[in-house]
Amino acid sequence: MKISIASGKGGTGKTTVAVNLALSLKDAQLFDCDVEEPNCNLFLGYDLEKVEDVNVLNPVIDKDKCDFCGKCSEFCQFNALAVLPEDVMIFPKLCHGCGGCSIVCPNEAISEVGRKVGVIEGSVNEGLVFYQGMLNIGELMTSLVIKVLQDHIDTNGIAIIDAPPGTACSFIASVKNVDYCILVTESTPFGFHDLKLAVDVIRTLGIQFGVVVNLCDIGDNRVEEYCIEEGIPVLMKIPYDREIARLYSQGIPFVNEMPEWKERFVKLFRDVTSLYEMGNCSEQ
Amino acid sequence: MKQLTLISGKGGTGKTTIAAAFASLAENAVIADCDVDAADMHLILNPEIIETIDFYGLKEAYIDSSLCIQCGLCKENCRFDAITDDIKVDSFECEGCGVCAHICPEGAITMVERKAGEAYLSETRFGPMAHAKLSVGEEASGKLVAFVRDNSRDLAERYGKDLIIIDGPPGTGCSLIASITGVDMVAVVTEPSVSGIHDLERVLGVAAHFNIPAVVCINKYDINEENTRIIEDYCRDNGIDVVGKLPFSRIPTEAMMQEKTVMEYSGNELSGEFSEKLKDMWRKVMRSLN
Repeated sequence: MKISIASGKGGTGKTTVAVNLALSLKDAQLFDCDVEEPNCNLFLGYDLEKVEDVNVLNPVIDKDKCDFCGKCSEFCQFNALAVLPEDVMIFPKLCHGCGGCSIVCPNEAISEVGRKVGVIEGSVNEGLVFYQGMLNIGELMTSLVIKVLQDHIDTNGIAIIDAPPGTACSFIASVKNVDYCILVTESTPFGFHDLKLAVDVIRTLGIQFGVVVNLCDIGDNRVEEYCIEEGIPVLMKIPYDREIARLYSQGIPFVNEMPEWKERFVKLFRDVTSLYEMGNCSEQ
Repeated sequence: MKQLTLISGKGGTGKTTIAAAFASLAENAVIADCDVDAADMHLILNPEIIETIDFYGLKEAYIDSSLCIQCGLCKENCRFDAITDDIKVDSFECEGCGVCAHICPEGAITMVERKAGEAYLSETRFGPMAHAKLSVGEEASGKLVAFVRDNSRDLAERYGKDLIIIDGPPGTGCSLIASITGVDMVAVVTEPSVSGIHDLERVLGVAAHFNIPAVVCINKYDINEENTRIIEDYCRDNGIDVVGKLPFSRIPTEAMMQEKTVMEYSGNELSGEFSEKLKDMWRKVMRSLN
């Protein structure tokens, strides 16, 4: 079963929920898909080993064969090539690696070579398998790193996916093929507004979801009232607690110090599993 | 004209709160909300929309099933897994490269423009504002960020403004890069947690990569003073100014609930003190920018 932890607004507690949930379960896998800013391992402290590089195929021009006809740059939707009277300029960071330039070249002057844009790292531990993706500084191909990372999910087991903030491509890549999505929010105007955006996207994707309200005693009741109105399950509420905040700032998963929360996360997982199964029954 | 972007790496550190406060302190600025897929600035500034412009993102493949012979060449050549087994386009995966349309022997595939959101030119109580809304499930957020920035420059010219304050997105990728390229300075809002520090270092790396000067604001500095010192030492070692520190406070949330900037809110006994700290931060940011 694949469960994504997502939010819309940043800083609402996705990583906190993902890490503490994964640590509360037996034999889970945790995937940090916030590849622009992966933080899970700051709380886990594992020694990570490189699993693979993430490469984009970029064009290489054979200038002996190229007659500077310009068909490649005309075709490229990403402005990654510019053809001058006697030269071809390539802008590797703009290239999405679609391969179109080499297909349209009438002189077979374009070949492709992999360029590293990120890395997948992992660590297999007793009780928790952990993988993360990391986008290189200055690179743009976030969704590619996320897709390569997700190839390492063992779909026979439980996989917890920590998604990036926002509602655009990297968010979609992290939630698209999951069985259930947990949206973490705060009951503030910003948290509520971004929750509704995330709900719109999740509904469009047709994924079952529920909500965790973090810092539930800050702000007002607007999130819970909305969830009741919309029939969205509120799966857990986490109050503002100086001890949780202190442990968070130090990079300590709070279930390790506050065992009563471990039980709550196990219950959260059980609830999600039954909601998922119920949802599947009602669809049939 | 100067451009300043507020960024953070990590989400939820207080970018928008500080950007809105800066908007209220600036005398002659345009405001741009470039966190286009989770834009929140309008919830405080209540912009009155003057003009709405449709935004067209990347094109998308469209397969005319009456011409398609199911040969599968499009699927075979698509590097983004955007063609399904039954030869349909998966909108969420299509990057608009056009390879399928080129390769199709029957001419059954065309690339079509798709409205991917709206951009707005607005008026607020602190001056003109450029902002946008990405449509549900759309992907071209970097391109929309660039569009909002173009609009903010137009507004600055039209109204004779000499500063653009840009509220940036979290992360280090496409949208973030689009929100900082060519600006005069970034102000990084961080918090003294291990995540805050890690993400600060990465996003400062991106700013350095594009040769953009940076200053740092430490929000909630008192949740972990040891980590605050680590951030200050790191900044000193790298020649980056820390322009201010704000304590953990409920004031930003209380102000947000009333749709006010922190500067306009006076309902907390510490409001005055908190606002003074922001004013001081703003003065230092302006000194670095100029």
